[in-house]
Amino acid sequence: MTTIAATGTDLHAHDHHDADHKPGFFARWFMSTNHKDIGTLYLIFAIFAGVVGGAISGLMRLELAAPGIQYLQGWASMMAGKEASLDEAYHMWNVLITAHGLIMVFFMVMPAIIGGFGNWFVPLMIGAPDMAFPRMNNVSFWLTVVAFIMLLGSSFVPGGTGLGAGTGWTVYAPLSTSGSVGPAVDMAIFSLHLAGAASILGAINFITTIFNMRAPGMTLHKMPLFVWSVLVTAFLLLLALPVLAAAITMLLVDRNFGGAFFDAAAGGDPVLYQHLFWFFGHPEVYIMILPGFGIISQIVATFSRKPVFGYLGMAYAMVAIGVVGFVVWAHHMFTTGMSVDMKMYFTAATMVIAVPTGIKIFSWIATMWGGSVSFKTPMVWAMGFIFMFTVGGVTGVVLANGGLDDNLHDTYYVVAHFHYVLSLGAVFSLFAGFYYWFGKMSGRHLNEFLGHLHFWVFFIGVNVLFFPMHFLGNSGMPRRYPDYPEAFAYWNGVASMGYAIMAVGILIFFVNVIWSLLAGRRAEDNYWGEGATTLEWTLTSPPPYHQFETLPVIK
Amino acid sequence: MFVLGLLLWVIVRFNRRVNPVPSKTTHNTFIEVVWTLVPVLILLGIAYPSLDLLAKQFKPAPADAVTIKATGYQWYWGYTYPDHGGFEVVSNMLKEEGDVAKGERFRTENDGPKLMAADNRMVVPAGVPLRIQTTAADVIHAFAVPSLWFKLDAVPGRLNEKSLTITKPGVYFGQCSELCGARHAFMPIVVEALPPEKFAAWVKAQGGTMPGAEKPAPAAAAPAAAAAPAPTTDTAAAPAAAPTK
Repeated sequence: MTTIAATGTDLHAHDHHDADHKPGFFARWFMSTNHKDIGTLYLIFAIFAGVVGGAISGLMRLELAAPGIQYLQGWASMMAGKEASLDEAYHMWNVLITAHGLIMVFFMVMPAIIGGFGNWFVPLMIGAPDMAFPRMNNVSFWLTVVAFIMLLGSSFVPGGTGLGAGTGWTVYAPLSTSGSVGPAVDMAIFSLHLAGAASILGAINFITTIFNMRAPGMTLHKMPLFVWSVLVTAFLLLLALPVLAAAITMLLVDRNFGGAFFDAAAGGDPVLYQHLFWFFGHPEVYIMILPGFGIISQIVATFSRKPVFGYLGMAYAMVAIGVVGFVVWAHHMFTTGMSVDMKMYFTAATMVIAVPTGIKIFSWIATMWGGSVSFKTPMVWAMGFIFMFTVGGVTGVVLANGGLDDNLHDTYYVVAHFHYVLSLGAVFSLFAGFYYWFGKMSGRHLNEFLGHLHFWVFFIGVNVLFFPMHFLGNSGMPRRYPDYPEAFAYWNGVASMGYAIMAVGILIFFVNVIWSLLAGRRAEDNYWGEGATTLEWTLTSPPPYHQFETLPVIK
Repeated sequence: MFVLGLLLWVIVRFNRRVNPVPSKTTHNTFIEVVWTLVPVLILLGIAYPSLDLLAKQFKPAPADAVTIKATGYQWYWGYTYPDHGGFEVVSNMLKEEGDVAKGERFRTENDGPKLMAADNRMVVPAGVPLRIQTTAADVIHAFAVPSLWFKLDAVPGRLNEKSLTITKPGVYFGQCSELCGARHAFMPIVVEALPPEKFAAWVKAQGGTMPGAEKPAPAAAAPAAAAAPAPTTDTAAAPAAAPTK
């Protein structure tokens, strides 16, 4: 993104006549068609879901802090309202891991990064008054809410051995078909349907908006990288989610209508489900991280006071990641007994992804190189992202090797890997974006000191939490285990301490947000100064209810 | 580490105080080509040995390999010996002393660590090529023994196969590695490799027969039954029991 300077004549026209005509409270927040309000709703929803999902991982780390089953039976009894058996307690564990995975993926990261930041800033950055389909936007949000309620509700109905869906977020058949009797898994599948439909609608909305509603002069090659990232992500969503919808519909048919897609005894094949799931599942991980790449690009450029280095390379690296992401899915299935030729192909194809990812990492550093870097909170988070994501990327190249997967597949090494790219990657980019844009969204500054404190506590916490998982995985601890032999006790204890440190970091974050909303300094229009060159900084903070009534012209 | 180094250098050298005027460079085709091609070369360097490793791992078992079929059940393992009369050993996790009814067997230190010990082990001959087949009766399990660098999913309706030779006699522990329901964490795998003559004695004690000594029957189709061998004139080694395909 090279030379974007708005020449809008009356960008501040709203200051002197209050033509906003905000609707009343209920109409504004429950029937909203305004992209900024919907973005805010998404962010609030994602923070709430993140607290739920984070609390679930807290329960998991508490149980895993020491060998033996300490709390599960009590929690299972609490859920069931009667004394729970040991098997029901073990089932409760599977419900926890399933809920944690689904909530974090579908109800925290995706709503925050695409629904929240995407809705807020894609129209602002391309100089559009709103999204292309405002009412569809509203439908997307409320479908997501209903999906979340369905998923939470599923944990109160029978799902086989105990209450709730205990299939893992991957919902592998036949554990999810013949292996789980009762309505819980049906409810979880239906929840995924709704969340998926919401995402597909959102993806259509973003693609239409970005292709048709750019301000005059904003060519595709002048769009900010965040918009590029959302565009690529929207295509991934559009192509991947229908496959998931098909796969889980087949699960429903198998479960309720006598189908046999995945039932070996009737001529089906359980491995077919895994192919369908991962054809969705692998693009899904890029859906979660690509908008993060976009956010980091904006932030690094802003605080280096330099345009992004190698803009075209950055944009097309994301396109390449998106395309290659569709042809590597079976590296999640190296131990299903696939042929050696397939293993070789998927090993090689997976490694290819490291190249465009490397281009992005190097370009970020080159952007800082020679720049005039100020270490404000968003920049610190962005640099944390670059470092931690690289660690996750390296373990990703290790895991790409089909030969090593014989040892590492389904161990804690995998858990460590995907938490480094998601919990330390996507979530870091979320926090970076939050600190970057909070003033723009709310009109108030966050506290810099608390922001830095949050970063350091969180950074140390997640590393203490997730790094030991590499050791556990290397020594063979399988994932999704509520209990483990004494040999794994030490590093599990360390990881649980890391969770506690991270939780303190999150508390600091909430203190910061509440303090800022109540007593934060008012934010100026462009509070980051000359490095922030995208269109949202030409507006007031917060932007007027309707912006760009006269379209800005890009030189 | 290289990235961390670059980051640290950037932090020291290009912060606001040291370098107040940002440079105006926005692209440099040469360096972009370099940092695309160098990772490609590094990856080629990694890819060659990893593909080579995959090719080496793919080694079909010789015809005279000892076949053992591991079947995953919710939540225990069954080990069938089709070459030795098709008997099946059922392997359950041993519970702790306080957790079992009086008179039942509980884990002792000789059995192995807590959560890893099983009542009946998968006994195999050491130094002899093995053909390990995996399948499952209900949901997907995974037969994994890290110390043998072995992991293979046990999928209902499929018969996965992999060769393995254990050179040293000993006991090797593993755990189920595919989420299979409530007691997923409590169906350990214990492989005990014995010298061939001790293995033959063990087979005899199980009621099986060594191939060549007395001709075994083709393995029983119903894997759950620890079938007693029936005399037969079939000279070939018994084929593996066909799963429900």
